[in-house]
Amino acid sequence: MTQNRIRKQVHLGAHFPGVNNTTVWTDPASKSQIDFSSFEHLARSAERGLFDFFFLAEGLRLREHQGKVHDLDVVGRPDTFSILNAVAGVTTHLGVAGTINTTFNEPYELAKQFSSLDHLSDGRAAWNLVTSSDAFTGENFRRGGYLEHSQRYARANELVDAVRTLWDSWSTDRPLVDRERGIFATDQQVGQFSHTGEQFDISGRFELPRSPQGHPVLLQAGDSDEGREFGAAKADAIFTGHGTLDAGKAFYADVKGRLAKYGRTHADLKILPAATFVLGDNAADAQEKAYQIRRQQVGPQTAIAFLEQVWGRDLSQYDADGPLPKEDPTDDVNITRGRVRHVKDPRAVADQWRAKSEAENLSIRELIIEVTARQQFVGSAAEVAAEIDSYVQSDASDGFILVPHLTPAGLDEFIDTVVPELQDRGSFRTEYAGTTLRSHLGLRHPHEQAEGVRAS
Amino acid sequence: MSERNSEAFLVGLEFEGTGVHPHSWRREDSRAEELFTASYWVDLVTAADRGGVDLAFFPDSFALQAEGRQATRGRLEAVATAARLSAVTSRIGLIPTATVTHTEPFHISKAIASIDFSSSGRAGWQVEVSDTDVEVSLFGRKTLQSNESLWEEASEAIEVVSRLWDSWEDDAEIRDAATGRFIDRDKLHYIDFEGKNFSVKGPSITPRSPQGQPLITVDASRLEARELAVQRGDLIRISASDVNEASATARLVHDHAAKIDRCVRVLLDVDVLLGADRGAADDALAELEEWAAAPYVPKSLFYRGDSAGLIALLREIRGNSGLDGVVLRPLALASGVEKIAADVLPELNLRPRTGPTLRERLGFELPVNQFA
Repeated sequence: MTQNRIRKQVHLGAHFPGVNNTTVWTDPASKSQIDFSSFEHLARSAERGLFDFFFLAEGLRLREHQGKVHDLDVVGRPDTFSILNAVAGVTTHLGVAGTINTTFNEPYELAKQFSSLDHLSDGRAAWNLVTSSDAFTGENFRRGGYLEHSQRYARANELVDAVRTLWDSWSTDRPLVDRERGIFATDQQVGQFSHTGEQFDISGRFELPRSPQGHPVLLQAGDSDEGREFGAAKADAIFTGHGTLDAGKAFYADVKGRLAKYGRTHADLKILPAATFVLGDNAADAQEKAYQIRRQQVGPQTAIAFLEQVWGRDLSQYDADGPLPKEDPTDDVNITRGRVRHVKDPRAVADQWRAKSEAENLSIRELIIEVTARQQFVGSAAEVAAEIDSYVQSDASDGFILVPHLTPAGLDEFIDTVVPELQDRGSFRTEYAGTTLRSHLGLRHPHEQAEGVRAS
Repeated sequence: MSERNSEAFLVGLEFEGTGVHPHSWRREDSRAEELFTASYWVDLVTAADRGGVDLAFFPDSFALQAEGRQATRGRLEAVATAARLSAVTSRIGLIPTATVTHTEPFHISKAIASIDFSSSGRAGWQVEVSDTDVEVSLFGRKTLQSNESLWEEASEAIEVVSRLWDSWEDDAEIRDAATGRFIDRDKLHYIDFEGKNFSVKGPSITPRSPQGQPLITVDASRLEARELAVQRGDLIRISASDVNEASATARLVHDHAAKIDRCVRVLLDVDVLLGADRGAADDALAELEEWAAAPYVPKSLFYRGDSAGLIALLREIRGNSGLDGVVLRPLALASGVEKIAADVLPELNLRPRTGPTLRERLGFELPVNQFA
């Protein structure tokens, strides 16, 4: 029991399977990616499994390949805020986290939107902050692609500071309601703020009292040095792609090592890599399922499209079950737009891929399946639980954001089989201890964290 | 063009703070302590939903209310509130205000479309502009615009949103395993909007929602918005000091709409303060005015009295062929909703309207996709 009490706890997020080729849509069990019943299903499952939060990604322009809307993967997603608010209505404890871009939104409206989400969910909101300087996405917005790439984090940093200023602009958590004396808020200057910087020059009065979490939880994704520094300075959790145990440990140590200079402790920042999983009756069964899923994820047309991204040209005449093209790539690596996968040196990548496919006798499709593999846990429920736990206990992560490959029931088996295994190990909660997302994640109230900075 | 059904009579409710009177929070029954909680909004809107209210309007602005000392201040985002209520209500239309002066039409389009999905076809949008210096300072990107410029920009924003809502054809998702295609990209459309205020490429990231085009509401009580209301609105809110004036305005609006082959529903705003009898309502008003240290200036026709009197007034308005319904604006919201749902609506014998979506229940045709 004593051991259980001190055992480091696993945190889990449920990623709604979205617009990417990991989401298998050809399976008969694959349902709508846009009907609300799908969001509700995943959220209710995640809450039944005592997850920390539901996570919704965002895209602001449909991806294109060779100048046309990419049509091979799941396409079509909702507005982040609207669906998170609706999900908050059909759950009671589950955190509601979503990606919102810092480039195509303004601080005042973001502060109001996230504060509203935190109020309306009774303290369960989280913002996954991503930056963009993408002129392609900008074509859907008033200001277009106005931001220099190098300014992404400058804007994001200042935007978060401005938003926090707004969140803090009411002096108490709830307005004082004194009917007798006729006092609604604490004072007549409630909500007053002013922020002047390189990016924003705004002032006025904010419309909402402090939200139940003080500040909604801040998640951040981005692996550059700038991104890591930003995460260490401002984020409550980092959403990474570091899959392997060693890469995870290195990232974890690096980012947590940056916290002290900001007056923050290890507990103030959680590291949560994204991970997929495949469960089977035993290891061999799970491996076989994983192989089949990978073939569904990378169909012949998808394999060719991946290849075209590196080759920068139309390769539709090639057979996905045949060898790689003999011709060399062009320098045009922007054949696909609207997702982050820009190859810097296509000829070098092509040479590597040719060498690999010759050495291992891989067809185009087999090669793409190998080179696009992501971190995944494959095995029986007990094996997967043990592996997840080992990552967490060895400080390669604080938990995972799980990305199921099926919408919307892709987490159900995990919840029914792996969660109990983790609970048996003493690594996962058996009931929610609190009602807010900060409480689930073991994060301090932001104003207590600020006190810590002042004290240190 | 859809025919207006003279028997149909729409009842909407304005869900403003603790009521449209800025000092209504001081009433014992105001639930002011809960103003920023979901439970307050869920209780009131679900009561209205069960009671047969057709439309819930959620006003909004970026400016903090500033009606003098001791007034209520603070407002949850209307779009968020509507979304929060979308999956826990069943019949009522959800019509949040979203302003277009400082925001992105691309965001508004997907936000409202997503509420249309989560409510199974019950979303609308009330279009507003931000016309103060105060709001300009909150964003720091623009200078103050003229009224003409504001409403011209609003018209562009509606055009963009409307095109984005149609930028996916209904059957764009094909899931064709043989060719590996999830969508038929020929059924997705760039909107290529180029306007005076902005350009937007499209298509939306969100597929076409259950109503195709969620209902657009314009408050035409300001004359500068009336042209836009007729050109663009489905639901048009008007103000008047009495039923005859309302009727004349409604006829003007309908005639104008008919000339350009548009079908609209004209809703009269009615400020409401209910009490056990007229005397009690008068006392309640006197109390509010004392707290405000100012007389109440109604936005439109103002009814105060008992429920029976409101029922009689609504029958009178219904009997008037120019008006399609009302938007009741309780001065004191919590008690107003309770009385309207429990005492007033049952007496009106409103026929339950049928149809899978709000648009169909209100007698509008399902809109044809402009790109199909």
